Amino acid sequence: MMDVYIKGLGNISPQNTADNSQFLDKIVEYDQNNLQVIHPVYKDHISPIKLRRMSRMIKMGIAASSICLDDAGITNPGAIITGTGFGCTGDTEKFLYAMVENDEQYLTPTAFMQSTHNTISGQIAIMLGCKSYNSTYVNRGSCFEAAFQDAMMLINEGEANDALIGGFDECTDKHYIITSRLGYWKDRDIKNTDLYTAGSSGSISGEGASFFAISKDGGSNSYAKIKAVNHFYKPDGFEEVERRIQSFLEANGHNPDSVDLVVNGLNGDEEGDLVYHHLMKGALKSSTHTCYKHLCGEYDVASAFGLWLACKILKTQTVPESVRVGNAPAGQINTVLVYNHFKSSYHGLFLLESC
Amino acid sequence: MSTKVLVTGLGVISSIGKNVQDTLKSIRELKSGVGQIDLLITRHRGDLPVGEIKQTDEELKETAGVSSLKALTRPTVLGMLAAREAVEDAGLIGDTEGTGFISANTVGGMGHTEQYCLDYINKEKEGDFLEYLGTHNCGDSTERIADYLNIKDYVTTINTACSSSANAIMLGARLIKNGIVKRVVAGGTDSLTRFTLNGFNTLMILAKEQCRPFDENRMGLNLGEGAGFIVLEAEEAANERGARVYSELKGYANTCDAYHQTASSPEGYGAASAMKKAIEHAGLKVEDIDYVNLHGTATQMNDLSEGNAIQNVFGDKVPDVSSTKGFTGHTLGAAGGIEAVFSNLSISENILFPNLNFTDQMNELNFSPLKVIKENAEVINVLSNSFGFGGNNTALLFSKV
Amino acid sequence: MEELINKLKAEIIEVLNLEDISPGDIDAESPLFGEGGLGLDSIDALELIVLLEKNYEIKIENPQDGKTIFFSIKSMAEYITEHQAA
Repeated sequence: MMDVYIKGLGNISPQNTADNSQFLDKIVEYDQNNLQVIHPVYKDHISPIKLRRMSRMIKMGIAASSICLDDAGITNPGAIITGTGFGCTGDTEKFLYAMVENDEQYLTPTAFMQSTHNTISGQIAIMLGCKSYNSTYVNRGSCFEAAFQDAMMLINEGEANDALIGGFDECTDKHYIITSRLGYWKDRDIKNTDLYTAGSSGSISGEGASFFAISKDGGSNSYAKIKAVNHFYKPDGFEEVERRIQSFLEANGHNPDSVDLVVNGLNGDEEGDLVYHHLMKGALKSSTHTCYKHLCGEYDVASAFGLWLACKILKTQTVPESVRVGNAPAGQINTVLVYNHFKSSYHGLFLLESC
Repeated sequence: MSTKVLVTGLGVISSIGKNVQDTLKSIRELKSGVGQIDLLITRHRGDLPVGEIKQTDEELKETAGVSSLKALTRPTVLGMLAAREAVEDAGLIGDTEGTGFISANTVGGMGHTEQYCLDYINKEKEGDFLEYLGTHNCGDSTERIADYLNIKDYVTTINTACSSSANAIMLGARLIKNGIVKRVVAGGTDSLTRFTLNGFNTLMILAKEQCRPFDENRMGLNLGEGAGFIVLEAEEAANERGARVYSELKGYANTCDAYHQTASSPEGYGAASAMKKAIEHAGLKVEDIDYVNLHGTATQMNDLSEGNAIQNVFGDKVPDVSSTKGFTGHTLGAAGGIEAVFSNLSISENILFPNLNFTDQMNELNFSPLKVIKENAEVINVLSNSFGFGGNNTALLFSKV
Repeated sequence: MEELINKLKAEIIEVLNLEDISPGDIDAESPLFGEGGLGLDSIDALELIVLLEKNYEIKIENPQDGKTIFFSIKSMAEYITEHQAA
């Protein structure tokens, strides 16, 4: 695979990340288990006539993509690819409950149209007049990785010079009830900053829209060089995870010792976190470790927040205290591995280098 | 990148047949699967015809041999049946090392969600419905089918509305060409739901009779359900094991109309550019195309847009074209997979499919679709079109080997 | 008629999320669709069809008929008056 550069970021999350000039300067603390995004002023990014029909999720997605493209200085990307676990959940619920409660009568099309998972990638294309490749991945905890990998392949194939990639999901009240009943979240409310010390099962819920602009052309304004992306499904124990990470690094000219920093997907779930601790004490023990889910919560595309963090760390060469696990890095950070797993079934890897 | 991608297995289930042989039989008998609703519980019974598979979830589970498994949704079981048939057909049961599974669907486990959503959000309520609580995600059926087939190397799901499974097949070919896997089972699955039926109804594009694609007096589409999967294989891998080859997936392209959220542009820009790019990608000329399996939903907009795109690509030398939606209805996330199976059958059986219910050519167009079935046809290159909401256009090009 | 026109203005603002517009901003005779009017589109037309069905019990079977019925607030009001009386 040829080298690809990350040129722009747009991240709307439960932290103040929409402003690219900041980098987790002040952490927003929550004392309940449902972290929701901090909305930017949407009128700064979307025209009022377009805004009127947009639901919350669509506003988040469109604004994050627009911040990202502005940041990258790209106006018409060679591809638009998104990843989402549940798509526009609010629109889906709006149509679904109206249908169930009114016995299939008096239904209107707007919420239905917007409930399709590819509505955001389609609307971005309409707004940009972008007629290139357009796709949306919807496979639970690996959909963002699959979207990113697709974009990297397109550039590798010579089909595109650059691409816009986004991960988005929202947590509505109903979605929170359902995921709570599935046992995803901690029984008792905790402070998000205590996520890793609460010592119980489950995590805290999150949401967000994180977009990335990538290009085969580097340049001084790039955040990072993205070497490779991979994801794998239901590995056979920690040994297979370790083996997969090892071969992923080796295939890209690295080894565990050459990784300066790891962005871990730790989410406070005692059992799910074991694999990260296993790697931190084992194969990846010489790296500096960081984590982020106390900032954004857990959701299907939370790893997009992790990738954002990796980009910011590489570009600024600073590791905010709020994301450190253990000590600060000793020197220059040149190589970063982002590793995340979702419910132990879906595992994702990103390998980045400084530019 | 130069690896050829071959099709070595087919599997399909829809309202016209529970497997490939059944499906071919129905097509040869010109038997449409579109009729009144018998199983889906909806107030539109008797009002809106659909392409419904007349087996209950329990009956389908029994056929798939999974009656004892919990939390299986209808699209999951339909997908299991079609994907297993494709893998069996390719002679790969039990041999899934280095294989990926790429599925597609549009509404995940909505069939159960719409049945139980009020119970889901009632924290006090307990019951058997809870087993379906985690089945709404579009990845749920993919995961269950992948586990059923013991596929682990690459698993994902695409949802680009009605072009979803064509994009899954395109991704499969690209993963093979990029050397990520050597083999892929790709396609899609979707079942009828009240959600989609009512959703399309609010757009006022559902016909109250059997759909009539590309007819001047078309009245809209019929929804359908089903699953279609094909096995794609790197040429070396297929040759090594002496696999039977249906076709080569020679070309593919995805473009975006960037015109409207649900409607395609009247002149069919995106559709035309997808077809042109696929032909170019295959290194062929437009005159090499023998047959186009149209998206042909029978809505006013789609057929006008696609018709103009066909004329734009082929000029006054339009090859044989037809929409098979009159047989199956529009199976949404499964349509691209099912029609990829049809396109391969066209090549392997030397058959061209008729466009059911057609009588009058559209005023805007200079061509008509095939009215009758053509047997013993010389079919070398087939284009399969799939278009979706968001202006998502995909064309796949299969060629005889 | 005047009362119906004002009621329709308020209903349209609500169902179409025309947040920044007040009933006074809408001229009952200017076109609802396309340039020069409110700039509504085909999806709004489908929303208006449901509004007539739900609030006025008037069913429009062919979306093409919407073009004349929904030309302006006034034409809508006239159509409603005519069909409710019938």
